[in-house]
Amino acid sequence: MMLEHILVLSAYLFSIGIYGLITSQNMVRALMCLELILNAVNINFVTFSDFFDSRQLKGNIFSIFVIAIAAAEVAIGSAIVSSIYRTRKSTRINQSTLLNK
Amino acid sequence: MILSVLSSLVLVSGLMVVRAKNPVHSVLFPILVFCDTSGLLLLLGLDFSAMIFPVVHIGAIAVSFLFVVMMFHIQIAEIHEEVLRYLPVSGIIGLIFWWEMFFILDNETIPLLPTQRNTTSLRYTVYAVKVRSWTNLETLGNLLYTYYFVWFLVPSLILLVAMIGAIVLTMHRTTHGAVKRQDVFRRNAISFRRTIMRRTTDPITR
Repeated sequence: MMLEHILVLSAYLFSIGIYGLITSQNMVRALMCLELILNAVNINFVTFSDFFDSRQLKGNIFSIFVIAIAAAEVAIGSAIVSSIYRTRKSTRINQSTLLNK
Repeated sequence: MILSVLSSLVLVSGLMVVRAKNPVHSVLFPILVFCDTSGLLLLLGLDFSAMIFPVVHIGAIAVSFLFVVMMFHIQIAEIHEEVLRYLPVSGIIGLIFWWEMFFILDNETIPLLPTQRNTTSLRYTVYAVKVRSWTNLETLGNLLYTYYFVWFLVPSLILLVAMIGAIVLTMHRTTHGAVKRQDVFRRNAISFRRTIMRRTTDPITR
């Protein structure tokens, strides 16, 4: 009974993350929705590995790598947002439509 | 019951990330999502992952985002006029996505809708626990450090690259002259035994 509840939960978080990533004007909010997406994927992997692979937990091992990559991407994303804010003084995404303003 | 409480908190917080007016709130709500996710992992019996999730996600990721948000003056009121422009196409794509997911989710092993209730839901009996019960940490370490140790070392290199990249990206032009550099060849040419120092001020009597 718990398996499908957690799977639907992770699918819902994934959808909310994609929705927020696509339709957000703020760069920080888009990066935070990306973290939501990675979290939903982690829940999915870990749940499947817990129910079907209790001896080796390969999904759990993969979720460790996803966490590491998410942390690295947060560092680089924050650095990029800082650099963009320093030159343009605003964090709206729809201002970055031209290549060289 | 705990599952329902945690799940509903996750649902509400996930929605509030997108719809929050204040950008600082949209950084604080994922902290709630990560806490509830860790609680869900505790319910599954994965104690190590449930402890790693707050440490990495809240302690490193959310704190980094809070630094970014607090340092910049981000406009508080967001105009949501652009949301309705994407709604027809994105609504169709979202409905197709959910419709495909119902094909996968609504079968015999994972009953969702009451159409599949004639078969009883499968009970999962894990026999590995009854022989010798391994903790989550033991099972992860049994694979990660023996067979997949190269995979374990590669994310450490990726994190090193991310750290260096974050420093390189944010080096401002005015800090170019103030950053102390070392001359490698000069540093290699200095040897302790051949060095004579001349002291011009006496540190005691000044």
